[in-house]
Amino acid sequence: MYVAAEGVEHHPLVPIWQELVIGSIAFALLCFVLLKFVMPRMEAMYQARVDAIEGGLKRAEAAQAEANQLLEQYRAQLAEVRTEAARIRDDARADAESIRTEILAKAREESDRIIAAGRESLAVERQTIVRELRAEVGGLAVDLASRIVGESLADEARRKGTVERFLTDLESAGAR
Amino acid sequence: MSGQLVAAEGLPWPPSVGDFYPPDLAGPWVTKFTLMIWLAVGLLIIFFMATYRNPKLVPSKGQWMAESIYGLVRDNIAREQMGKDGIRFAPYFTVLFCFIAVTNLFGVTPGLQISPNSHIAFPIVLAAITYVMYLYIGVRKQGLGRYLKQSLIIPGVPWPMHVLLIPIEFLQNFINRPVTLAVRLFANMFAGHLILLVFTVGGFVMLASDNVFVQVTSVFSFLMAILMAFFEVLVALLQAYVFVTLTANYIGTSLADGH
Repeated sequence: MYVAAEGVEHHPLVPIWQELVIGSIAFALLCFVLLKFVMPRMEAMYQARVDAIEGGLKRAEAAQAEANQLLEQYRAQLAEVRTEAARIRDDARADAESIRTEILAKAREESDRIIAAGRESLAVERQTIVRELRAEVGGLAVDLASRIVGESLADEARRKGTVERFLTDLESAGAR
Repeated sequence: MSGQLVAAEGLPWPPSVGDFYPPDLAGPWVTKFTLMIWLAVGLLIIFFMATYRNPKLVPSKGQWMAESIYGLVRDNIAREQMGKDGIRFAPYFTVLFCFIAVTNLFGVTPGLQISPNSHIAFPIVLAAITYVMYLYIGVRKQGLGRYLKQSLIIPGVPWPMHVLLIPIEFLQNFINRPVTLAVRLFANMFAGHLILLVFTVGGFVMLASDNVFVQVTSVFSFLMAILMAFFEVLVALLQAYVFVTLTANYIGTSLADGH
């Protein structure tokens, strides 16, 4: 171990030539084996993984974009549907209003019509009654006159009696 | 004092360069260091073969570990330093990183306790590969003339300055780069081992002292040794990272068009 005991003095910066040879051969062997059998597969695997990850990311991005687009679409559709619904509601309200006013107008018209008809029939009836009464009163007047004329005009008492009787007859006729 | 202590305990004190050269096991070809290199190669081949025999898109734990290392080197070193072009170098960088990291970690592995990279031969091999690689790639990509021009001549400088700058750039790009690459790794591992030796062996030496006060103080030496061992783990990984990052950077400049 000891320098003096070894008897061989090595300068540390002077290489031992056998070690140069061994080092070269051993390292060359290591390089040969690993560069031929391992490293190409490692790079290939590396690439495959990068592809897989990047591909996955790309797919995820595409899916995200599609989802966003769909969401946007659904939102647009929803908004459309909402305005449509609002429109329909407004229409319905307007329709209902117009129907109500229409019905009211019709009802009013109908009632007016009925009232008018009532009034008309009333007037006609009155007319008829007046006409009948007129005819009857005329007849009665004639009747009364003929009776009065038929009796002695001088006889006051009888005349009075005649009128009296006429009215009684009239009353009894009315009562009948 | 130290001589006295060594005599008392028989421990090599103070630690010296000789500690880095244990006796050969069977000649200069089979030593602790060469065996450790084979061990590192074997461990790495087994690890990657086992974890990557049947890779799946959703990885198992082992596969995930192997891929994490690859991913670190690929994205944090190769792509960071060289851009998209760097990715085709990532496999080599990964092997380089793993090899340096494992051999460095031998420095704090119980039973091994020393990194092969504390012998400069191994860092030299690795730095030489980087050197040849970036020169070859530079010349092939740009042609010898353009590559030299790009490496040596800084554009937009008055021509008399080139008398000074060309030798500096030459030294920088063709000599300092590989030398510092090898020496940095070597020196870190060398110094790390030396520090651990100082505190560990020093602790034992203090414990063997006749003085009670010195014996008690050895506790701090051992504590420091433990602390430094953790620090060495950090240095081991950091140096592997630095070596690969600089390699990537050098190759990147060879690939780049102009300054």
